[in-house]
Amino acid sequence: MGLMSYVARRILLMIPTLIGVTLLIFAVTQMIDPVSRAMLYIKSEKELQHIDDIISRYGLNDPVYLQYGRWIQQILTGNLGWSVSTRLPVLKALSTRFPATFELVIFSIPPTILLGIYLGVKSAVHKDKAIDHVTRTVSIIGWSLPTFWLAIVLLSFCYGRYHLFPPSRLTEAAIQFIHTEQFISYTGLYTIDGLLNGQPWITLDAIQHLVLPVVTLTVVQIALIIRVMRSSMLETLHKGYIFTARAKGLANKQVINKHARRNALIPIITLSGMLAAGMLTGVIITETVFDFNGIGRFAATAATRLDTSAVLGFSLLAGVIFVVANLIVDIAYAYVDPRIRLG
Amino acid sequence: MLREVKFSISRIMKSPLSIVGIAIVVFFAAVAILAPVLAPPRPNKDPFIMPRPKWDWSFTPRPPSPSNPFGTIEGQYDLFYGCIWGTISAFRIGFMVIIPVLIIALILGSVAAYYGGIIDELMMRFTDIIFAFPTLVLAIALVSVLGPSLDNVMLALILVGWPGYARVIRGEILRVKQEDYVEAAKAVGCSDLRIIIRHILPNAIYSTVIMASLDIGAIVLSAAALSFLGLGAPAGYADWGQIIARARHWIYGNPADPFAFWHAFIIPGLFIFTFVLGWNLLGDAFRDILDPTLRRR
Repeated sequence: MGLMSYVARRILLMIPTLIGVTLLIFAVTQMIDPVSRAMLYIKSEKELQHIDDIISRYGLNDPVYLQYGRWIQQILTGNLGWSVSTRLPVLKALSTRFPATFELVIFSIPPTILLGIYLGVKSAVHKDKAIDHVTRTVSIIGWSLPTFWLAIVLLSFCYGRYHLFPPSRLTEAAIQFIHTEQFISYTGLYTIDGLLNGQPWITLDAIQHLVLPVVTLTVVQIALIIRVMRSSMLETLHKGYIFTARAKGLANKQVINKHARRNALIPIITLSGMLAAGMLTGVIITETVFDFNGIGRFAATAATRLDTSAVLGFSLLAGVIFVVANLIVDIAYAYVDPRIRLG
Repeated sequence: MLREVKFSISRIMKSPLSIVGIAIVVFFAAVAILAPVLAPPRPNKDPFIMPRPKWDWSFTPRPPSPSNPFGTIEGQYDLFYGCIWGTISAFRIGFMVIIPVLIIALILGSVAAYYGGIIDELMMRFTDIIFAFPTLVLAIALVSVLGPSLDNVMLALILVGWPGYARVIRGEILRVKQEDYVEAAKAVGCSDLRIIIRHILPNAIYSTVIMASLDIGAIVLSAAALSFLGLGAPAGYADWGQIIARARHWIYGNPADPFAFWHAFIIPGLFIFTFVLGWNLLGDAFRDILDPTLRRR
């Protein structure tokens, strides 16, 4: 079976999972009262006055399967309901905040993966030496740190003491500038928009605000990569072809980089799925502490303000992102390891 | 069996990190047991509510002093009391989540594995759906629907936690089912129930139960995160995550001293961090020891 048919089969398999995701979210909506549930169908502020109409129009006291049908229709037409806490439709609230989260995650993934691989390989090659002990200790400390506490301590130390790396996404002056007509929002990512508008200072400002959230996410997530990379590398170093490579007199560097590391990298691809989950969870806490206006902070605030439709909208989005991330991971895995697609 | 246990213990004793882990967990257990002595609760009051003076509820935290060894937090709650009784909260959250999770997982996992067919299929598809969400995201959604409270945080963590273990137990049982000694037990005419209880379960769950109990660190971390977000324990409750949430306004100190209120977040944070680190070190050691492929290397 070729790669294309594997991809097609894998995409088909994704459909039942996505239906399951909506079923689960819908099951959760059945735990709330009809008035809060009505928020899931509202598109504008005016409709808030006619809650009873909404309840009867969408039959929120009808049998469950009828309600599910109507709800899924709403979702498919792009209506995720009304967010009470932001006074906006949920989809609008999510889509305006999504670029912020995307920017944060995009900047966090490369240091996490590259540094994680580097440290994992170092640790395995020098097993039971000082560097191995240091790396393992650092990784287990990162694994045990509460994300919110690390974020608070970093903020207190860097910003409170040295006025470096302030919270939120931009400084006041930059926020005012991007709301003028001279600034066109192409992507919603301030680092890129700054350059596209020929305003490098916006980019620099955005980067300064990204440093601490990125460091937080990296420290918390990197432990996983180090750990898996180390054990995968240790396993690979005991393989026959490594002995062959050494026996025919290849330099140590070449054996490690070309023969061992490449093959040891495969489990990291599988791990990327877990990394995606970790990032989705991590942004909720990180954005809240750093006052970074993305979808994670939006969900956390909505949850404390009992804005259920917003939280469920976020969960649905998170579920879909995670399912798609796993799809990409599986395809990448099949691409590098032919045994998967042929099996 | 006994020889294996002895071997495991000798392996634990040889690894310095796991000894540190055991020491930390034992230390916290001692703190929890001695809590009524270390920080005596007021008579006729809920011991999990942190005490504060009746006449002084001022907002600004106070630094450590003889009457408040760790200082006070926002609202003049005594931080020392909160950290000590927070240890009991942490153990309570850990056990009250992991025990129901294990019971549900054990029952559903073994039913699915033993009977297979449609039951197995349904359970696996359900766990697939739960796995389609990052755990904390689903927990936040559940708590926001159930209403913020510590009980609902625990309930949410149970609801999102069991499918993972059910899967592991199912897999273990399927593996053990094919072992020769089960075949032998069948051949000598043992009943189904006897085979499950005497032969399959002990061999399948030994490692799972140990792994699960060592996940307590991760559970406490999730619960602390939810409390920090304001979805768990209410203000004044002896819960580490909640205490740190109250310190958020004070992390920049005052203009004269940026670290004026360091105690309000550094101390409770160190409690969470050390507690979780202890369980994780223990878990790490056990993972290496219990893994049969790494065991005797």
